[in-house]
Amino acid sequence: MSDIALRTVALGKMYRIGGEREKYPTLRDTLAQAARRPIERLRHPGAATHKSDELWALKDVSVEVRHGEVLGIIGRNGAGKSTLLKVLSRITEPTEGRVEIRGRVASLLEVGTGFHPELTGRENIQLNAAILGMTRAEIKSRFDEIVDFSEIGLFLDTPVKRYSSGMYVRLAFAVAAHLDPEIMIVDEVLAVGDFAFQRKCLGKMEDVASHGRTVLFVSHNLAAVTSMCTRVVLLDAGRLVSDGQTKEVVGAYISQVGESMLLREWPAHSALGDEHARLLRIELRQDGEEARGGVRSSATIEAVLTVLVERPSPKLQVGLELLGGDGVEILQSFHSDMAHLEMLSAGVHELACAIPSGLLNDGQYVVRPLMALFCEKWLISRADEAALRFDVTFDHSHSEMWYRARAGVLAPELKWRRRVLSDGADDA
Amino acid sequence: MKQPLSGPDAAVQAAQSEGFVVYERRSGWAALNLREVWSYRELLFFLTWRDILLRYKQAVLGVAWAILQPLLTMVVFTVVFNIVLGVKSPASDVPYAVFSLAGLLPWQFFAGALSRSGMSLVGSANLLTKVYFPRLIVPLSAVLGGLLDFAISFVVLLVLMAGYGIWPTWHIVFLPLFLLLAIVTSLGVGLWLGALNVLYRDVQYVIPFLIQLWMFVSPVIYPISDIPAGPLRIAFALNPMTGVIGGFRWALLGQQFPGGLMWISLAVVPVLLVGGLFYFRRMERVFADVV
Repeated sequence: MSDIALRTVALGKMYRIGGEREKYPTLRDTLAQAARRPIERLRHPGAATHKSDELWALKDVSVEVRHGEVLGIIGRNGAGKSTLLKVLSRITEPTEGRVEIRGRVASLLEVGTGFHPELTGRENIQLNAAILGMTRAEIKSRFDEIVDFSEIGLFLDTPVKRYSSGMYVRLAFAVAAHLDPEIMIVDEVLAVGDFAFQRKCLGKMEDVASHGRTVLFVSHNLAAVTSMCTRVVLLDAGRLVSDGQTKEVVGAYISQVGESMLLREWPAHSALGDEHARLLRIELRQDGEEARGGVRSSATIEAVLTVLVERPSPKLQVGLELLGGDGVEILQSFHSDMAHLEMLSAGVHELACAIPSGLLNDGQYVVRPLMALFCEKWLISRADEAALRFDVTFDHSHSEMWYRARAGVLAPELKWRRRVLSDGADDA
Repeated sequence: MKQPLSGPDAAVQAAQSEGFVVYERRSGWAALNLREVWSYRELLFFLTWRDILLRYKQAVLGVAWAILQPLLTMVVFTVVFNIVLGVKSPASDVPYAVFSLAGLLPWQFFAGALSRSGMSLVGSANLLTKVYFPRLIVPLSAVLGGLLDFAISFVVLLVLMAGYGIWPTWHIVFLPLFLLLAIVTSLGVGLWLGALNVLYRDVQYVIPFLIQLWMFVSPVIYPISDIPAGPLRIAFALNPMTGVIGGFRWALLGQQFPGGLMWISLAVVPVLLVGGLFYFRRMERVFADVV
C-alpha cells in the first residue's frame, strides 16, 4: 500500500457563467428558452448556449498528497483554491478527472453547519456531529468531551439563539475539533469569525498535523503557510502552476504578485462592494502627490479611498488594513475612527488615512481596502485584487547607529529615557 | 500488486483496490448509489428528528396541533359536505365523520410530506453548500418527518371509531402496506418538486396550489363509489392517492376493496418514484452550485 492519502487526476470543474448570473431562473425564462431548445434544458440543467459562457474554475489539476503531509494551497482570489476544496470535500462534483481519497475527510469550513437557532446546545451538538459524519456511537462517546471543550456548561439545554456569539462559535468549533479526521481541510479564507477563533483554527491544525494527519490548508496568510506547511502548491486561473518546497513556491508567488502597485481604479459597474457602496479608487500618496517610485518612511503616507455611496447607512465603515509583504496582518483602521463622525451621504467621497511617518520598516508592505456594514457584513474584505503594494525605504532615524533595516515588521522610533543613578566621577 | 491495466476505468479500479474512495462525475443509475444512502441512515434519523423537533418547538400548542388539525378538518368536512351538501358515507354503519377522518389521515400525511420535501433542498441550502452527504437524505427526511403526526392522528381516529362503536376489521394488518404506499408516493412527487424548486423558485408557489387541487381529485371528501364508473374512474385511479385512501378505508373500516383501481394506482407509484429518483439524480450534480 502506498502512503498516498489523497490524489487528484486531471481534475477540472466548469461553471456556466450565465447560470450563475441569473441565480434563480424563473419558469417563464425557461419556457421561453425551451421553445428554442426543447428538451436540452431539462437534460442539462444550467446549460448555456454559448461556449464562451464556460468558466473553468479548475483545469487539469493533478496533485498527490502523502499521509502526514501539511499541504498549503495558495493563489490569488479566483485562482480556484476554494473550488478545489469544494471538489475535494465532495460538495460539488468535478466536471472531469477524479479525486481519490483514503480516510475520513473533515473540513473546518463546515464549523457550525446545520446549527439551528431554535435547538438547544445539546440538540445542536448531536445534529451537527451527525451532519459532519460522526456515527451515533461516536457522538455518544465524545459528547462529554465536546461539552467540556466548548465551556458552555449550564447553557447546554438553552436554545443557541440565546448564546453569545462567542459561545456559539466555541460550541461549533468543539464539535468540529472532535471529528478526528484522517484528512483535514482548512479554508482560512472562509473561516468567518474573530481573530481569536482563527487562532484557534490554526492551533487545532498544528495539533492535527503533529499527530501525523494530513492537512490541506488554504490561506492568504503567507506567514502562516510558511510556518506550517511542508509543501505548497500554487494555483493560477484554475491551473496548478507550481508545486514544491514551501519556500520556493511562496517566493515564486510573492515575485509573481510582487510588483509595486500604488493606484487602482475601477469603473462603477465593476467596482468592489455591493449596492450600499462601492470602491472606485484606492491610491497611495506622499507629500501630496502619487507615490511613484517608492515611499519613504520619514514622511506621512496617505492612503486615499474614493467611495461611491449609493445607499447611505450609519453602519457603513470604510477602512484599510496594512499587511507586511509576506501577508502578515499589521493593523486595521476605519474612517469611523474619526473624531467627528458623520454618516456618509449618497455620492462620491474621498477618505484619506494617514499612515504616520516614522513607523514602517524597510521593505514591502500591502494596503488592502476594507468596507463593512458594522456588525452586519463585509462588503470588501481580503480583497487581494484591490490591494496596493509598495516598497518603503527606511530613512526616518536620526541616529547614526540606525541607518539600515532592523529585524521586525515595523520600525517605529520609540522614546528612551535616561537617568543618572550614580556618578562614577563622584569623589565623595 | 499492480496489474497491467489501461484506460481510466482500469485506473479507478486500481485505486479502489488500494483502498481509495474515488469521486468523479457520475452518470446513469450507478450514480444513485442507494447503498451509500443506507450507510448514511443515522444522518437520516437525525435530520428527521430535527424536522419534528423544530415543527413543535415554538408552537404554543405544540403536539396538540397534530390532533387539532385532522379533527377540525373532519368537523368542517362533516358539516359542509355531509350535512349541507349531502355527501354520504358508502356504508350505513360508518358515520361520515369516521369515513372522512380515515381518508384525511393518509391525505394530510401526503400533503405535509409534499410541501416539506418540496421546500427541503432550498431550505437546507447551507448544508448542501458546505458538507457532503447523499442529497436524497434531505427530501427523504422531510417525508418521514410526517410519521409522528400520522401516528398521533391515527390514535385520534381509533378513539373516534371506538366512540362510535366501530372496531377495525382484521384487514388492519394490511394498513402498513398502504402507509408505505403513501410514503413512496410522497417521495416520488417530493423528489420532483424538491429538485425543480432548486432550479425554479416558482415551484414554491405551485406547491400549495397543487396540494389544494390534488385533494379534490382524491377521494377524501367523497367515496370512490361516487365516481361514475368508466373512463373517469380510471382517470381518477391514475392518482395513486386514490388507491392509498381506498386502501385505508378498506383496511380500517372494512369498506369495499378498490380492486382494479388499486392495481392501477400501484402501477403508477413505481413510475413516479423511479422518474423522481432519476430526475433528482440528474439535478443533484448542480444543487451545490445553483441553490
